[in-house]
Amino acid sequence: MNIIVCMKWIPDTSEADLTVSPGAKDIKKDDLDFDMNDWDRFAIEEAAQIKEKVGGKVTVVSVAPEESEDMLRECLARGADEAFQIWSDEMEGGDGYATASVLASFINGRPHDLILTGTLAEDDGAGQLGGMLAEMLGIPSATLASRIEVQDKKVAFVRELEGGLYEAMEMDLPCLIAVATGLNEPRFVSIRAVRKVASIEIPNLGTGELGVGADKIGHAGARIEIEKIELPPEGEGAEIVKGKPEEVAARLAEILKEKGAIA
Amino acid sequence: MNILEPADTPILGAPAPAIAFIILFLSISFFFYVMYRRINLLRKAAPDPRFSDIPTRVQRVLVYGFGQWRQPRYLGAGILHILLFAGFIILSLRSLTLIGRGFSPTFHIPFLTGSVGFAYDSIKDYTVLVVLIVCVIAMVRRAVFHPARYDHPGTIGHEHEAYVILGLVSALMITDMIHDGAALKASGLSGEYYRLPAATLASMFMPTNSMPTLNFLHVGGYWTHILFFLGLLNYLPVSKHFHVITAIPNVFFSNLNKGSIKPVKYGVADWMELEQCGVSDLTGFTWKHILDFYSCADCGRCSDNCPANTVGRALSPKMISVKARDYAYEHFPVFDRVAQPGRSERKLVGDIITEQEIWACTTCGACEAECPIFIEYIDKIVDMRRYLMDRGDIPLSLQKPLQQIKKKGNAYGAMKSKRSAWTKDIEEFQIRILEEGEHSDLLFFVDSCGSFDPRIQEITKSFARTMKRANVDFAILGPDENDSGNEVRRLGEEGLFEQVSSHNIDAFQARSFNEIVAFDPHAFNVIKNDYPEPFKVIHSSQFLARLLSNGDLSLNGGYLRDRTVTYHDPCYLGRHNGIYDEPRRVLKAIPGIRYQEMKRSFSRSFCCSGGGLLLWYENEEEKERMGERRVKMAMEVGAQVIVTACPFCLINIEDAIKTTGNEGKIEVIDLVELVDRSMS
Repeated sequence: MNIIVCMKWIPDTSEADLTVSPGAKDIKKDDLDFDMNDWDRFAIEEAAQIKEKVGGKVTVVSVAPEESEDMLRECLARGADEAFQIWSDEMEGGDGYATASVLASFINGRPHDLILTGTLAEDDGAGQLGGMLAEMLGIPSATLASRIEVQDKKVAFVRELEGGLYEAMEMDLPCLIAVATGLNEPRFVSIRAVRKVASIEIPNLGTGELGVGADKIGHAGARIEIEKIELPPEGEGAEIVKGKPEEVAARLAEILKEKGAIA
Repeated sequence: MNILEPADTPILGAPAPAIAFIILFLSISFFFYVMYRRINLLRKAAPDPRFSDIPTRVQRVLVYGFGQWRQPRYLGAGILHILLFAGFIILSLRSLTLIGRGFSPTFHIPFLTGSVGFAYDSIKDYTVLVVLIVCVIAMVRRAVFHPARYDHPGTIGHEHEAYVILGLVSALMITDMIHDGAALKASGLSGEYYRLPAATLASMFMPTNSMPTLNFLHVGGYWTHILFFLGLLNYLPVSKHFHVITAIPNVFFSNLNKGSIKPVKYGVADWMELEQCGVSDLTGFTWKHILDFYSCADCGRCSDNCPANTVGRALSPKMISVKARDYAYEHFPVFDRVAQPGRSERKLVGDIITEQEIWACTTCGACEAECPIFIEYIDKIVDMRRYLMDRGDIPLSLQKPLQQIKKKGNAYGAMKSKRSAWTKDIEEFQIRILEEGEHSDLLFFVDSCGSFDPRIQEITKSFARTMKRANVDFAILGPDENDSGNEVRRLGEEGLFEQVSSHNIDAFQARSFNEIVAFDPHAFNVIKNDYPEPFKVIHSSQFLARLLSNGDLSLNGGYLRDRTVTYHDPCYLGRHNGIYDEPRRVLKAIPGIRYQEMKRSFSRSFCCSGGGLLLWYENEEEKERMGERRVKMAMEVGAQVIVTACPFCLINIEDAIKTTGNEGKIEVIDLVELVDRSMS
């Protein structure tokens, strides 16, 4: 069982004051901390748990600059056998399509039965990569898996749909599954766990090693053109409802009706 | 006619001294064999240096061991225990004498002769009567009143142990009385009741003129006494009553480093290189911790005071000792030739001591403050957490805050650069950020909570204003400060603790200051007790008390307006660091203050549910929040203002006031805020 997990290295915007960079094509990222995309954390954990159950080899890969080594080490500490970092300066400015092209050329050259990604990334939330990567590899794919069970030559999984519905499906291997958050309980990775995998080398692959053309990567390989990024205009401010609980509740219901949230 | 002495009375034709020798030899041999097996397990356990500072240890043995100092914390049971213990000491000489009388009818302990021996006989006789009465009271107490702390939830076979020992001790007293009573009767002496009340009492039931009966009672009483005595001796190390032997050593070897957590493993240069981190099985504990298990007398005072136990969490400290001792006796038994640790499928850590128990602890230390013989729990809990942490098994609610500390140096997930953002709210003056190489008299360690939690920022600002008004030269570290790491260490993430503490230590060492001041007792504790480099650190309450005594601060009662005030002792200020007096001194300096102490105060203070990262911890078992319980305790004594000296107590209690619907009736405030609002 060869499992490849694709990881994304994203800026942590949760507690930051965001500003738009000059040119208005992106946010300013210089002061931001970067971290593993939370959805991908569930993907690597799932891979580690599958390996613990049925055996095999887990490979993690990320198209991200050098600083992402922390993230890849954390994946190794979680149970991955090897990690690859893919980056060259020309990859700057790529979109989901460009990243998928790079990943496809990485994966094509090596054995793979199951490819796992997160369904979305917390930064742009495009949710494109899984589907496009599967298409480029010529394998079936599914998204939002909330349970995965690997069987002989196929994989059974459950998708979470809207309205509390679940959809149970099967796919033949090899295939790609983009996972939902909450499909497992990711283990905690301690400082010591990371220290234990400190000696594992993480190869850095550039365009040359992958044999992917310059027109496929970065800005040149992107199919999305960002016109403008701007911060949402500041709102009017919140109304704080005060009084006894019953009065507050009544006023709240009134507001919700006024705004059309409830009938 | 003289009564027959046991040593002169052959049994089934065999001379008594020979019988005495055989019985003594067999029982002493067996006793030492069992002791050898028990000590052998200690030798398999992890190392633990416990021979430092012998004078303090001897003092502890005198005060808490022989002095029984903690016993009267439970007054009734404590008095009973002190009487039993005193009886045990007095009667040990009697027991030695009686053993000798099996060999010679005139045997005496060298100095117990003449008038001393005469006096001892009387003291001993009173003691026998007192011990017998105490045993009866203790049995009735258990049988009729069933104190809940004596229960053993989730285990079997412990209910009768107490009755067995009390029964054995009673039998010892009664046989002694019969032995002496028969001799008294035979001697024909009368009017001895004031000197030998127990013997007189026994003799009242004996016939006056039947010498054979008296001989039988005297000799028979003697041998049953000896058999019960040696039986008791051998029962001790196979039951909870091992404490009779191990309690004094346990006090001698008790932990002298209060407030600090033990290293992962003693005597290891780099714990990171260890095969396993933390404790997963019995022999992973240190020998002292196993001695703790041996020594627990199941009195349940720890669990009775444990806040986690009180609100229905899975933890009962006593049961950790009881279950671990059961496990030890099962896996390292007296008679197997080779110990078989793997013969039960159930693992000590995980199955027998569950993860729920291990994470339920707030490390408040109430159990350790209560235990009459200094059994430790916090280090054991932390050792077991270290193991779970190493496997990645930690409660989900704690993962995120820990990851945030790893990434950003604070559990709030805020950017490092914003650590001093709160200073912008103070317009009247500038707060200095101490740069490398600079000096300030005081270094104000704000910690993550004071930097990022909006409610706790209010304390931070109050403290800054107070220092400014008292003309103190102070500064903060700003973005160079990291989380103090108190809870990081106590949750078992030793690597992360090393990371944050070494960062702070580097920052301290690059600057010059006279002392560090912190208003969070957790930060104060960890810098004082856990950081490997010594720094002079004081708590805000100590600092305020000092300002008052120097006359740099004067207070008025304007803010309190005649409301009744109570003080909540934070665990890491009081129990862990012994600071009870200074906060109260500050409070009592407010003119006209109406102060009322809660029932649970000082070392019996009731934890609000824990500080630091425990603010994020979600427990599913508890039926009530600890803070809610605490608010009720404050209201019971008519308090309208709860003053505390810990930001996390403040947050927990403030929440609890809201959830119990007591907003407007009672208020909680930090000592620092109260001083800020009461300055004249």
